[in-house]
Amino acid sequence: MQNINITLNGKVTAVAPEITILEAARQQGIDLPTLCHHPDQRVKANCRICVVEVEGVKNLVPSCSTRVTAGMNITTNSPRVRETVRTILELIFADHPQECLTCIRNGNCELRQIAAKFGVRDIQGEKRKHSFSQDFSTPSLVRNPDKCIKCGRCAEACHYIQNVGILYSHNRSTEISISPEYGKQLADVACVLCGQCALVCPVGAIHERDDTDRVWEALADPQKHVVVQVAPAVRVSLAEEFGFPSGEIATGKLVSALRSLGFDRIFDTDFSADLTIMEEGHELLDRIANGGVLPMITSCSPGWIKYMEHYYPELIPHLSTCKSPQQMFGALAKTYYAQTSGLEAKDIIVVSVMPCTAKKFEAERPEMDASGSQDVDIVLTTRELGRMLQHEGIDFRMLPEAEFDSPLGISTGAAAIFGATGGVMEAALRTVYEVVTGKTLTDLNFTTVRGMTGVKEASVDLAGMEVKAGIAHGLANAKKILEMIKAGQSDYTFIEIMCCPGGCIGGGGQPYGTTNEIRARRIEALYQVDENMPLRKSHENPAVQELYQDFLLEPLGELSHRLLHTQYCSRS
Amino acid sequence: MNKMLDDDQIFNISPGRHVDLDHHCQNGGYSALAKALAQGPETSLKEISDAGLRGRGGAAFPTAEKIKMLRANTEKLRYIICNADEGEPGTFKDRFIMTHIPFQLLEGITIAAFMAGASEGYIYVRHEYPEAQKILRESIEEAERRGFLGENILGSGFSLSLKLFSGAGSYLCGEETALISSIEGKKGRPRLKPPYPTQAGLWQKPTLINNVETLANIPKIIEKSASWYRSFGTPDSPGTKLISLSGDVQNRGLFEVPFGMTFAEIISEYGGGAKTGKAIKAVNIGGASGVLIPPEMLFTPLEYLACSKTGITIGSGAIFVLDDTRSILSNVQNRLRFFLHESCGKCTPCREGLRQANLILDRLLAGEAVRQDVSTLERYTRAIQEASFCGLGQAAGNSLRSSLAYYRDEYLASCRDNKPSFIEEETA
Repeated sequence: MQNINITLNGKVTAVAPEITILEAARQQGIDLPTLCHHPDQRVKANCRICVVEVEGVKNLVPSCSTRVTAGMNITTNSPRVRETVRTILELIFADHPQECLTCIRNGNCELRQIAAKFGVRDIQGEKRKHSFSQDFSTPSLVRNPDKCIKCGRCAEACHYIQNVGILYSHNRSTEISISPEYGKQLADVACVLCGQCALVCPVGAIHERDDTDRVWEALADPQKHVVVQVAPAVRVSLAEEFGFPSGEIATGKLVSALRSLGFDRIFDTDFSADLTIMEEGHELLDRIANGGVLPMITSCSPGWIKYMEHYYPELIPHLSTCKSPQQMFGALAKTYYAQTSGLEAKDIIVVSVMPCTAKKFEAERPEMDASGSQDVDIVLTTRELGRMLQHEGIDFRMLPEAEFDSPLGISTGAAAIFGATGGVMEAALRTVYEVVTGKTLTDLNFTTVRGMTGVKEASVDLAGMEVKAGIAHGLANAKKILEMIKAGQSDYTFIEIMCCPGGCIGGGGQPYGTTNEIRARRIEALYQVDENMPLRKSHENPAVQELYQDFLLEPLGELSHRLLHTQYCSRS
Repeated sequence: MNKMLDDDQIFNISPGRHVDLDHHCQNGGYSALAKALAQGPETSLKEISDAGLRGRGGAAFPTAEKIKMLRANTEKLRYIICNADEGEPGTFKDRFIMTHIPFQLLEGITIAAFMAGASEGYIYVRHEYPEAQKILRESIEEAERRGFLGENILGSGFSLSLKLFSGAGSYLCGEETALISSIEGKKGRPRLKPPYPTQAGLWQKPTLINNVETLANIPKIIEKSASWYRSFGTPDSPGTKLISLSGDVQNRGLFEVPFGMTFAEIISEYGGGAKTGKAIKAVNIGGASGVLIPPEMLFTPLEYLACSKTGITIGSGAIFVLDDTRSILSNVQNRLRFFLHESCGKCTPCREGLRQANLILDRLLAGEAVRQDVSTLERYTRAIQEASFCGLGQAAGNSLRSSLAYYRDEYLASCRDNKPSFIEEETA
C-alpha cells in the first residue's frame, strides 16, 4: 500500500498507512511515553499517557490505539498535551507507593523512567493509603498489589500469550485490582509460575522471589562447597543487564563473573542438557520399540510441566520421565561429583542461574531429592545474577573470558540450543539419528524446527522409520497441540514444548524489556554458540561418555532411573 | 414564544395508563409495522431519514445513518439491541415508555429490525426496573402470540426473535460496547472503537443499538409521515423530546416537549417555575453527565445545534432545577460520587482523576481547601475530559467543568485562604 502524508509537530512526513500514531511518531524519532502498551500484546489504551492532539478531534486521542489517516495533523508537544500527560502521571504517582529507593525495580522501573523524563515535581493529589498484603505464597513470584498501576500487561500475557488466565482485573473504579480469582494467592490457583507477567510488569507489582541473600550467605560460609550451574539461555541475555545490545554472547565473561563472586566451581547446565538428550533420546527409542505411549513430549520446562499437571493431567503419560537438565545436574552434583571430588553431599550447595521463575518452584518440588536432600538448593534468575554483579561492583565490560570447570562444565553445541524453541528437538534428532542409523549426519542443522513460528513441524527418516516432530512454545501454542492429541488428530512421534515464547531465552526470569524481536536475536546468538562449538552432538560429549562409563553405566539404567528420571502428579 | 403541544403527539403520556395490545391497535398501533412490511425497508428507511430522527440516548447520532451502515454490511446475521439501561440519574423517560406504552416500543424495534435486516434482538433493561422487565416480558409473549413478533411477522416472511436481557446494576453498561460485553457474559467494560457495533457488535456480528425513546419514535413516523413529524420541532432538531423534569420546580414529571422551546419556557410552562418564594440558582441539563448552567443561559432553545454551540448537552433530556437554597459544591460532589462509584476503573484519568476530584471537594466542603486546590481541580477536570477512555469519563467532568466556569466564586468562597492576598489587592 502507498504511503500517506501526515503532519507531525508541523512537519509533513510520509508514513505507511494503517500504522498507529505511536508507531509513526517512533519511526520519526519521537518517543511518546507508554505504560500499558507492549509491542507483543494487543492494544489496551488504558493508561492514557500516550495521548496526543489531532486537529479536528475534540479530545486528545491515545496514540497507541489511533491509526494515522491521510492528512492527519498531529501534535505531540503542545502545552495542552504536556499538561494532560503530566497530570495523568501525577495521578498515577499519587496512587503509587513512594518507595522507589527500596523497590526491587529501582533502576529499571518504567514508571520511574517516564517520571524522570516528564519532570513532575509536585504531586497535588492525596497519596493513597494502601492496605493490600503482599503475596509470598510461591517460591517463584512475589505480588505486591500496592504498586500495581492497573496497566493490564500481566493479565494480557497470562490470558493471551500463555492462555493460562489466572490473573484478572477485579472490582471497579478505585477498587480495581489485578489478582487471581477472588483475591486468592498464587499458590492457591492453577498458576504455572512462568513469570511472563513479571517480565512485562512495568513496575514492581509482580516480580521474582529474590534469593540473592541466600546465595551471599552460602558463598560466605567456609564450610560449604558452592557450585553453580548456568542455563544455556543466560549466556546470551545477561549482557543486556549491563547495557550490551541484545544477542550478545557473553559465555566467557559470565564464567569469570561467577568466579569473581566466589563460587567454588563454575559448571554448565549444558552438560546435563547433553545428558538429557542421551536419556530422553533412548526413552523415545524405547517407547517406539516397545509400544510405549506416543507421542512423547519433552519435560525440560517446569512451567510447562506444571501446566500439564493442572490442565491436562490425563495426558501426563505422554511426558518424558526425564528430569530437566537443572534437576539432573543437581542430582549428579551431590552424588557423582561429590564422590569424584571427595566431598559429602551435605557440604555441597548447588546454585542455578536460570532464565526462569518456574525453576525456583521445580527445585523445591518434594520429589527432587534423589541425592538424599534437595538436589538444587537455590535458583537465581538472570535478573538476580545481574543484580548480584551490580552489587559486587563488577565491571562486566572489563571481565576476561574464562572457561567452565570440568567435568560438569563440558558440553556440546547441541546443549546450547536447548535455550531456543526447537533446540531440544534438534539436539535429540542429531543424536537419535546417529544412534539409530549408525551413520554420521552430513548436515547437523535441522532448520525447519528453528524460529519464532508458534507451532512447527519436521519429519526425519531414521533408517526407514519416520519420526514426525512437533514443536510449540508459549502455552497458548502448546494448547493447540494438546487439543490435537486429545482429539486423536496428532500423528507426531515426538513433541517439544517450551512454556515461554521463544523458549527459555524468552523466560520469565530474563532481563526486562524482552520482546519477540529481542527473543529472535537471543535465539540467533544461541545458534552462533552452537556453530562455534568443536562438538555439536550430545552423544559425543566426552564428559557425558565418562559419566556413563564410570557411574551410570547405561542410558535408562537403574541409577539413571533413580537420579535422572521422575514422575508427575495431577493438580487439577 | 414557542407553544406547548396541544396534546401528546408521539408518546401518549397524559392518560398515565398502561396501554395494552388491543388499545394500542385501536389507536393505530401496528399499522406502521404493516405499512413498513408492505412498502419494504428502503422506503421505510427513507421516511426515517427524511424525518431527521436522531438518537435520544445522548449522542444524537442520525438514526437512519446507523441503519444504513448495517444494510451496507455483507454479513447476513445481524442483531438489534434496544438500550433500556436507563441509568442517567434524573432520567425516567424510558421507564415510562416500557411500563405504559410497551407495544409502541416493540413495534418500533420490529420496524427498525426490519429496516436493518436484523433477525435477532435483545432489550437490555436495567436491573433496577423489575416492573418494566415484567411488563416487557409479558408484552413480548403477547406480541408473539398475535403474530407481531417471532416467526413470519404478519405473514410477511420477516422474522424477529426478541429477548429481554436484564442488566446487573452498572451505569456503564449503558455505553454500547460495555452493554454488548455484558450480554456476552463478559465484564461490562467499554472496548476500543473501531470496530463500531454496526461493523462488529454482539458476538462480532453487525448490531444496531438504539435507545428506547428513539425506537419508540419510529412507528409514528412511518404511520404519519416524515413531514408530519417535521411539523414539530425545528429544522435542525425535528420532532419532540421527552423531558424528565425534576428538582426545585412546582410540577415535576415527564413531559413531551417540542424541540425549539427554550429551557426557561420548559421550566416555567411545564414545571410551573421555581418553588414559591425561591429563585432558580442553577439548572442541570442532561442528567448527571450533563452540565450545570446559570439562569441567564436558560434562554437557549432545546435544540441540538444551539445547545452544542453553548456547551449544553441535551443528553437523555433530564432537567434538574436547583433553587437558591442549594449548594453548588455539594450538588457537584453528589454527581461526582455517582461517577466515582460507576467508573469501571480501566483508565487512569477517570479512575484516579475522579478519586482526587472527590477528595478536593471533600476538602472544599469541609472548609479545609486552599485556592490552589481549585486550580488543581480545574486541571484534573481537563485531564478527565480530554483523556478518558470512554464517554463516561469524558462526560463525568461536565458538571465539574461547567460549575467551575459559572460558579468559580462559590468554589473560591469555600477556601480557607479566600481572603485575597496583599499582592492581588494591589494589582486589582
